[in-house]
Amino acid sequence: MVDTSVNLCGIKLTNPVIPASGTFGFGYEFTRFYDINILGSIALKGTTKEPRFGNPTPRIAECPSAVLNSVGLQNPGAERVLNYELKTLKSIYKKPVIANVSGFSVNDYVSAVNILNEDSNIGWFEINISCPNVHGGGLAFGTNAENAALVTKTVRGITNKPIIIKLSPNVTDITEIAKACEAEGADGVSLINTLLGMKIDLKTKKPLLANKTGGLSGPAVKPVAVRMVYQVYEAVKIPIVGIGGIASADDVLEFMLAGAAAVEVGAANLIDPYACKKIIEDLPKAMKKYGINNLSEIIGGAHNG
Amino acid sequence: MKQDFYEILINEQIAPSVFKMVLAGDTSPITAPGQFVNIKIPEFYLRRPISICDWNDKTLTIIYKVVGGGTESLSRMKKGEKTDLLIALGNGYDTLLSGDKPLLIGGGVGVPPLFGLCKKLIAENKTVSVILGFNTKSEIFLEDEFKALGAKVIVTTADGSYGLKGFVTNAMEYADCTYFYTCGPKPMLKAVNDTAKTGGQFSFEERMGCGTGACMGCTCKTKNGPKRVCTEGPVFLREEIEW
Repeated sequence: MVDTSVNLCGIKLTNPVIPASGTFGFGYEFTRFYDINILGSIALKGTTKEPRFGNPTPRIAECPSAVLNSVGLQNPGAERVLNYELKTLKSIYKKPVIANVSGFSVNDYVSAVNILNEDSNIGWFEINISCPNVHGGGLAFGTNAENAALVTKTVRGITNKPIIIKLSPNVTDITEIAKACEAEGADGVSLINTLLGMKIDLKTKKPLLANKTGGLSGPAVKPVAVRMVYQVYEAVKIPIVGIGGIASADDVLEFMLAGAAAVEVGAANLIDPYACKKIIEDLPKAMKKYGINNLSEIIGGAHNG
Repeated sequence: MKQDFYEILINEQIAPSVFKMVLAGDTSPITAPGQFVNIKIPEFYLRRPISICDWNDKTLTIIYKVVGGGTESLSRMKKGEKTDLLIALGNGYDTLLSGDKPLLIGGGVGVPPLFGLCKKLIAENKTVSVILGFNTKSEIFLEDEFKALGAKVIVTTADGSYGLKGFVTNAMEYADCTYFYTCGPKPMLKAVNDTAKTGGQFSFEERMGCGTGACMGCTCKTKNGPKRVCTEGPVFLREEIEW
């Protein structure tokens, strides 16, 4: 028997596979497809203090081996997430979940975390400082080391739960941002959020997305994400959650060798609602194939020698 | 809702840029006319949502228009090939509200989901009238099939090359109905809403990421808050729509 368990900021996961925020709703609707208790954890839909409708449609565009989205943090607001979404999920899913929080000011992050903090089912906060689809928010914190540090420090001061800062790839040097978060008490970092992109419709001769720009995700971004996880692993000591185009058990191993302690599966859930289930079922087989008995032992393995 | 593989029995052009595909496989997940499938297309990343036109125990029919690379690739798939479907998605039309004399109003590739609906309404012994709107005579499809079901059919063409000249709304004044069901391009839906005198149901189209409610890519505003076209829709009641 191979051991697929990993440890993420002091909490044990039976396996490292976590559906990524924004691609899995609040989880419970996926019980139509399979028993979601097999998941290592679930990163919940990005939540803000106030409800948000998000951006106008079209919000979605096809790209080569990828999807461009400009959803814009649609969510029912932190109070509703606490009182309805988390309660509904709790009746089904029995492991700690990752609450993903976003904001337009430091105070917004504080308010949302304060509202959600009391829920014992939340094992970690994932602090999204990297959403490319909301103007004047999210990304503004994630592309500047000082701002990233400020959000980290402030959130660190109001919760005892582990905080994982979700980083943007839309920066010159992601390791600078990661180090700034680590220095202010982040327990982990997750990367990468989507790459800022655009698609132009040749029929209308205008950007296809109503928001003009969107975030690119899917297999096309995987090599970029692996490279960034590899670089961040050499720059910080805190655990890394690897994200970016993961669609198979082999992809999971690749990210862990680059330095990820766990992974989030995003776009794959959109084209195949069973994607995480298949990856989890394939993981022991892939481990055997590559002679891996204990998954946590391969974290950062690509850096040795 | 399930994911499964379906064998292509027919994939043929029935009007300019419009194709009919008949697929063999398990149709038991279909619970209402107006639901859709999300179909995986070779060499494309996202699935494409396409409404179900008709189905029986063993096969289902979809009718789609080639509007871009994805549907172009779909049109090149051959008889005997297997397709990966998510089936059946969305709420579909509710026939309980139809009254005795429902009116069905379809425009272009909005026509297909009304066919399965017409079949169901006629099976429920209702007197069904259908208005089919097209740009021009050569683009017309399904007229004979609706007539064969026993519906009273009025065809409109924008250029007057067949049937009543004008838009579906020009034909609505001739229809005596208790309720309406419609599907078509958004400007047509808006015009239907402005013309209609009864309650009704509208089927909306939107670019989707997943089709299963996970990504929030297709959300629209309604009087009851944001709703996902793929999950709470694609059919919405007239009174809940924000135009």
